[in-house]
Amino acid sequence: MRGYLRQDGQKGIRNTVVIAYLIECARHVANEIALDFRGRDVHVIGFPGCFPNSYAFDMMSKLCTHQNVGAVLLISLGCEGFNREGLAEIVAASGRPVETLVIQQNGGTAGTIGKGSKWVRTELDALSMQKPVDMAIEELVVGTICGGSDGTSGMTANPAMGRAFDLLIAEGAAGIFEETGELIGCEHYMADRAATPELGAEIVNCVDKARSYYETMGYGSFSPGNADGGLSTIEEKSMGAYAKSGASQIVGLIKPGDKPPTGGLYLLDVIPDGEVRHGFPNINDNAEIAELMACGAHLNLFSTGRGSVVGSAIAPVIKVCGNPETFRNMKDDMDVDAGRILEGRADLDEVGREVRDLVLAVARGQKSKSEMLGHREFILGYKSFDPIGPACLPNVA
Amino acid sequence: MNKSAHANTILLAPTDNVVVACEEISAGSSIEVEGSVITVKSDVGLGHKIARHDISPRDKILKYGAPIGRALEAIGEGAHVHTHNIESDYLHSHTGRQNPENEG
Repeated sequence: MRGYLRQDGQKGIRNTVVIAYLIECARHVANEIALDFRGRDVHVIGFPGCFPNSYAFDMMSKLCTHQNVGAVLLISLGCEGFNREGLAEIVAASGRPVETLVIQQNGGTAGTIGKGSKWVRTELDALSMQKPVDMAIEELVVGTICGGSDGTSGMTANPAMGRAFDLLIAEGAAGIFEETGELIGCEHYMADRAATPELGAEIVNCVDKARSYYETMGYGSFSPGNADGGLSTIEEKSMGAYAKSGASQIVGLIKPGDKPPTGGLYLLDVIPDGEVRHGFPNINDNAEIAELMACGAHLNLFSTGRGSVVGSAIAPVIKVCGNPETFRNMKDDMDVDAGRILEGRADLDEVGREVRDLVLAVARGQKSKSEMLGHREFILGYKSFDPIGPACLPNVA
Repeated sequence: MNKSAHANTILLAPTDNVVVACEEISAGSSIEVEGSVITVKSDVGLGHKIARHDISPRDKILKYGAPIGRALEAIGEGAHVHTHNIESDYLHSHTGRQNPENEG
């Protein structure tokens, strides 16, 4: 593998210029600048809210200093609550070129687009001169998520991705799985897989938090449609999602923005702490992908049955399609046809190896289907978290 | 589709006591699980579960190598395993059913 070396020693598998808007009011300017660079590695991310939020600030800090990011342009309207100076300092301290353009101080929309465009062109040219260096699998962080699921996801795509996770983790990579609200009923089983009993207790508590959060939201997870598809119990449904995690030992429990300190399998707790304040934990799949990226995922495996098409800014998304019919209908969007398993044309181990090989190919620079189609979705909302407990991370000597 | 004489199923983990139908399977069809041939007792839809061997009342149902509930009655080899003969070991609030035997 090859990677782009950053000042802190981490390596990216892409060398992207990020344009970050710090308030919805600055989004149009950010998008217009990016339009000048269609087809090149210039991605737009941002935070739409005017009221400051420490989770959002931390997420933006981690995303602007993500391994795949080489340079950052911040676009501010000028009067929003976001701490743009603080963010610029963090990016500068990471050794990345950073520029802040305040629309109110740069002649408005047209003036800011002109200046921003010029800055991005210079940085993009500079980044294209950077020579990649060798990168080991031990330096790779892979996330996993499912969206647009159907009955096939838990039979083919998720367990195949679990097999791929087992292979990558055995080779030294870090893997992150998440959506604790969809793991209700699996917590004791997960606790048994935890590296220490203390970590196991933290995992049980975190799923318990998810259950009470969703209860407050009035959110039920088991529907009659699930039973029609052959699912008999809530824990069976959860196990289908949980199959993405494979069979490796769980070495840590992290929250958005925490980076896995070692290789191995990590559970990401995405449910806010404290009372229910900001609505649904993650309003769509890209909100989850943003959190996986903030934890350092270089790329994300995405299983789907009904057929999601999303990709992401910053980190490539690889689609593993569980339903063979969906694969035939949406071939250009899907990277892996895990539905072959249902039709007896492949087994789980075979598809697991294919997913693992594709992860490494995409890490080496091959474009995933969603990248080829130009998908660069991004969303970030309000949340609040307490820090993780002392038993949550492996002891690093 | 699978050309073999047996209907297509998937064993998700070696310790599982159920297999999952990869196609609509009619009563009387045969399936093969790790070398054993099993006769399916009733019609089973895609994604539904079939007992791999006899399961006693209150036995845990294992899928993905993990318990997904418990048998309400004796379930014979080849029988359809679903909401009529297993129940959640889990919280009532999520299945809408009281489950008093499973406290603690």
